[in-house]
Amino acid sequence: MAFRIISPKNVQMIMKAIFWAAGITTIVILLIIIGYVLFKGLPVINLDFLFSEPIDSGRSGGIFPMIISSAYVTLIALLVAAPLGVGAAVYLAEYSGETTAVKIIRFGAETLASIPSIVFGLFGLAFFVIYLGMGWSVLSGGLTLALMALPTILAASEVSIESVNKSYSEGSLALGATKWQTVYQVVIPAALPGITTGVILGMARAIAEAAAILYTVGAALAIPISLLDPARPLPLHLYIIATEGISMENAYGTAAVLVILILVITITTNTLLDRYTKKMMGR
Amino acid sequence: MEYRIEVENLNVYFDELRVLKDVNIKIRKNIVTALIGPSGCGKSTFIRILNRMNDLIDTFRMDGGVLLDGEDIYDPKVDVVDLRKRVGMVFQKPNPFPKSVFDNVAYGLRVHGLTDKDALGERVEESLKAAALWDEVKDKLDKSALGLSGGQQQRLCIARTIAVEPEVILMDEPCSALDPISTTKIEDLIHKLKKEYTIIIVTHNMQQATRVSKYTAFFLHGEIIESGTTDQIFVEPRDKRTEDYITGRFG
Amino acid sequence: MTKSKNEFIIEKGLLITALSSIVIIALIIIFIFIEGLPAMESYGPINFIFGLDWSPSDNQFGVFPMIIGSLGITALSLLMAVPLGLFCAMFLAEVAPNSMRKILKPTIQTLAGIPSVVYGFFGLIILVPIMREQFGGTGFSMLTASIILTVMILPIIISVSEDALRSVPHEYKEASLALGATHWQTIKNVIFPAAIPGIITSIILGMGRAIGETLAIIMVAGNVVQIPHSIFDPVRALTSNIAIEMGYATGIHYNALFATGIVLFLMIIILLIFANYLHYKKKVTIGGGYL
Repeated sequence: MAFRIISPKNVQMIMKAIFWAAGITTIVILLIIIGYVLFKGLPVINLDFLFSEPIDSGRSGGIFPMIISSAYVTLIALLVAAPLGVGAAVYLAEYSGETTAVKIIRFGAETLASIPSIVFGLFGLAFFVIYLGMGWSVLSGGLTLALMALPTILAASEVSIESVNKSYSEGSLALGATKWQTVYQVVIPAALPGITTGVILGMARAIAEAAAILYTVGAALAIPISLLDPARPLPLHLYIIATEGISMENAYGTAAVLVILILVITITTNTLLDRYTKKMMGR
Repeated sequence: MEYRIEVENLNVYFDELRVLKDVNIKIRKNIVTALIGPSGCGKSTFIRILNRMNDLIDTFRMDGGVLLDGEDIYDPKVDVVDLRKRVGMVFQKPNPFPKSVFDNVAYGLRVHGLTDKDALGERVEESLKAAALWDEVKDKLDKSALGLSGGQQQRLCIARTIAVEPEVILMDEPCSALDPISTTKIEDLIHKLKKEYTIIIVTHNMQQATRVSKYTAFFLHGEIIESGTTDQIFVEPRDKRTEDYITGRFG
Repeated sequence: MTKSKNEFIIEKGLLITALSSIVIIALIIIFIFIEGLPAMESYGPINFIFGLDWSPSDNQFGVFPMIIGSLGITALSLLMAVPLGLFCAMFLAEVAPNSMRKILKPTIQTLAGIPSVVYGFFGLIILVPIMREQFGGTGFSMLTASIILTVMILPIIISVSEDALRSVPHEYKEASLALGATHWQTIKNVIFPAAIPGIITSIILGMGRAIGETLAIIMVAGNVVQIPHSIFDPVRALTSNIAIEMGYATGIHYNALFATGIVLFLMIIILLIFANYLHYKKKVTIGGGYL
């Protein structure tokens, strides 16, 4: 005690300042990145940029085919990953005990969640593109993204299903509802905000991903029509035109579109969740 | 005979732990039976035997006979879902679903296949009236049930239970989470309901047992020490341990 | 009973969806190994992992410089992200007023959601020139990549740690405060130690993400195959190696890139086993995004 140079009260003051500094730094980092990208990118964005095709490999012109490509692969990814992920979450949270099989399933899902995106890309290339003969296409890319979105959706859904108050299921079973009626009509609705968040997170991951589709979706500049057409989603387009120095201006515009997309997704999800929770709690 | 439920030589185990020992009891129709006893004596486990809620617990095992209207409810041929429709349950803490008031009461009906809108509306209203809740909620049927007060929530759970027209209603300390005024309302409701339903209520509250029940069984360490009319149990208990408990000397 | 038959079918259907993860993992392992093992065999696994020379045109496939590159970038970014992230998590869990929390939470979510190429792009146009001016050289370096990665792994470290700090029972905190400890003493001596498994988990998750990141690193790290002598040297990560060369690889070179994938995969598995050993069940997926 005698050797204490700074009193605990002063340490407390200093630490409090450090805490605030850490919090504010994080916000400033985000503001700088988003601010800069929007500052440089927003002037590029107009209806023409959004709705016209690129000219001269993207040196000028717009990004309409890239927007369509992104929507296309994301939709495929969600159509595959959402049912699988939610179904698996329901099974793990409601139907299974803690058996060895379940532990293996859960470890599998965790492993899947941790695999680097480029390894997914390698797998997509070897399996979808070459082995199944889908070629470089929105289908190969979308399915590869589905594998990546699956663990995100699964984990978020499982957590929210597990956190549903057990008394709800008991109440339902005691009324003579079957297991599935209980799960479908009571547990899933109560867990819906979490499940929706999971699906949206999966979607955000699919929209943002480039490495996994680098060697699965192709890099075509045309609008993809069929499932087997090659395409060029927005992040991939940004990567190509930025690293090959094709057009910094269009790169700014594409980056800004991506950032706006992510902002919109984050804000809408938060608002919707807030409203849904309030409504359920009867406020 | 006028017995709705007959339990013979019932033993219940969780893993190796024997939580109910040789329980024998007969429960009469359209009468309120109270189960009393200190915490951990097995009374909650016992009523959860009657609608097979213990089946949800992995380590649960039992032997002995549990007859509802003369049929063994643990017979492999018995459909649990069907059984639970006949034996409703009200829980210790009110547990309305995070749905509207209307949907809470309609839930059981829908689950059992009633889809007609008018019929649903009628049954919901009847049930809410029977649970003495209609006047308080008739203007907010589409509001979330979680916005109701604790006492209202518990009456809603009772309404939800009687909507599916069970023969038996199990109540597991239904008032333990409620204030005195809400408790009185629930007790009045129990008096009203006993004409049509066989009610079994677990309670910690001795006064409540004397107020609402006609018959009482005293549980201790997984055994029924004594059962009989409530008057007899509380006025002239035959067993020393019953007397100690009701006079507050232990538990 | 049709009702119970229905129930049976539904349960089995759900089981199948649950098994899909296992099937996918199995397929990934099979395909990566089928394509990658031939290269490892013909070049020798020891030579492959510890070889210093990567030059596909001469059939030289040593990935050791890339292993060092990946580990170096990861270590450097953890060095920056862990202190900042932990303080930020403590700030959120303990100190921040509600209004501040309302700003920070979505900030972290957004940081987690921004595509990695956007981070890479930002690094390329802003950070690389700054580094060039400040420290000379090209500006593409291990340090540049680490700074970008720091921002990218910050969200996962913050959100998982915050959750761990928050789930420490309130009674501990009250007991400490009631003994006259300051808030910081309470955080340091009571809350932080109780949250350690979760905090380590958050760091492992951040590490996994850093090792797995690809395009953002390619855009700023310089990608020279060499063992760096200083943090200002350009380096190439394992992930970058695959992404850069897969476009034109054929024959044994193609297999060698899959073998690089095997090395990555094994590194992640080691991290996962370690994380599993901690038994920390994380509740947050928001902000962390994935891993």
